[in-house]
Amino acid sequence: MPHVKSLQCRECKTEYPIEPLNACEFCFGPLEVAYDYNSVAKSVSRKSIESGPNTMWRYHDFLPVEKDSAVDISTGFTPLIHAKNLGRELGLDHLYIKNDSVNPTFSFKDRPVSVTATKALEFEFDVLACVSTGNLMGSVAAHGAKAGMETMVFYPADLEQGKIQGAAVYGPTMVAVEGTYDQANRFCSELADAHRWAFVNINMRPYYAEGSKTLGYEVAEQLGWKAPDHCVVPGASGELHTKIWKGIEEFEGAGLIEKAKTKMHLAQAEGCAPIVEAFETGNNQVKPVIPVTIAKSLAIGNPAAGPYSLEILRETGGTGIFAYEDSIIDGIRILAETEGIFTETAGGVVISSLKRLVKQGKIKKDEVTVAFVTGNGLKTLEAMGNFVEPIETKPEINTFHTKLAERRD
Amino acid sequence: MATKRVKFTFPQELIKEPVIHKLGVDFGIVTNIRRADIRDDMGWVVLELEGESEVVEDGLEWVISTGVRVDPIAGDIIEG
Repeated sequence: MPHVKSLQCRECKTEYPIEPLNACEFCFGPLEVAYDYNSVAKSVSRKSIESGPNTMWRYHDFLPVEKDSAVDISTGFTPLIHAKNLGRELGLDHLYIKNDSVNPTFSFKDRPVSVTATKALEFEFDVLACVSTGNLMGSVAAHGAKAGMETMVFYPADLEQGKIQGAAVYGPTMVAVEGTYDQANRFCSELADAHRWAFVNINMRPYYAEGSKTLGYEVAEQLGWKAPDHCVVPGASGELHTKIWKGIEEFEGAGLIEKAKTKMHLAQAEGCAPIVEAFETGNNQVKPVIPVTIAKSLAIGNPAAGPYSLEILRETGGTGIFAYEDSIIDGIRILAETEGIFTETAGGVVISSLKRLVKQGKIKKDEVTVAFVTGNGLKTLEAMGNFVEPIETKPEINTFHTKLAERRD
Repeated sequence: MATKRVKFTFPQELIKEPVIHKLGVDFGIVTNIRRADIRDDMGWVVLELEGESEVVEDGLEWVISTGVRVDPIAGDIIEG
């Protein structure tokens, strides 16, 4: 961990040693990992990165862990696809899809969790834990299995069975928490104080959040060592948005890319858009909302990184934009039908929001645009509803040909 | 004795209510404000509460009953 300086409060800038802490003792602001960037710049080059593994760990020098200690299930270095068909539909010549749904547990969460599991072993924790309603639980369970740690997964008791099984298969202790969402939220926050466990998004949050930076590095490298003109990022806690930008800025600071002029757009679902609402009303405070959206993986009504995400929207000239609830499935389908990529509802929010950004003239035809698809569609099949209208035929060639002709008319 | 770190978010209609004062006077809870931002249309306060565990819980239940939102300082930690 040669390049890490300290933990630093995002609000008052007080510094702390590298320990499992997430809040400043003075102002209770969130802590973030601070690096010695001169040291980073001296030890990395495009060549050294290119000769690294074909995973997120090729960017090891930018991550807050010891060398050669990674809990790695082959996460990252996911495809950046030139989406010519979808681009044609939307009127964009240089549209790219960063397809993070092909990670080992089928979402981008493997990036932050890989860093967290690694750090949890360094801190000599025995237990890896999380509280989740979907993607995070599967990722924590898988990394806990790989790391040989006892793993605890907490979830609201009314969660769908498919999501529970997707995590349970890795062998963690599954804990169904009764009560409302807010009660479960407070309960798990108290648990993190009561036990010496590595709660990935609570006491380990500063390290957890760093993993998402690798999406920014990968996009820049895969575009030929340059930052795109636009990023369209799904928004839940707002942390992914801030960390992709942090990744791009770090590459710039290390001299790996030219100065970035990327506009960092944030896409939320209409039924849970507290950051977008604050952006649109010119506020720098984010008013909590009660989520009512089909995009469950984005349903965070009180986003921890909301104010920082707002800062980046304004600093980069990005736009906070929401996808209408009834357009989210359309977003999923248009991506599947044009590019052969089946994303979950968060991806539908991104594609539908991208469409709106183009329509509003925020993104021009010849600008390089990256849309982040962060989870696999098989995770949210229930949201798709029954949209299939098959041709029903007897097992007779003539009958089939007749029905096919009718369908094609 | 227990301490608890929480964030109170006040809707516009409750901004002028002395909720934190009453928490101290009516429940005997020691309140220690660390960060706050109060605007015309909303406000939030990050603070530490100290008192007997059950009293702190009762106090928080009362705060919630007034319409003030109470969250852990880390915000929503249940992720998708």
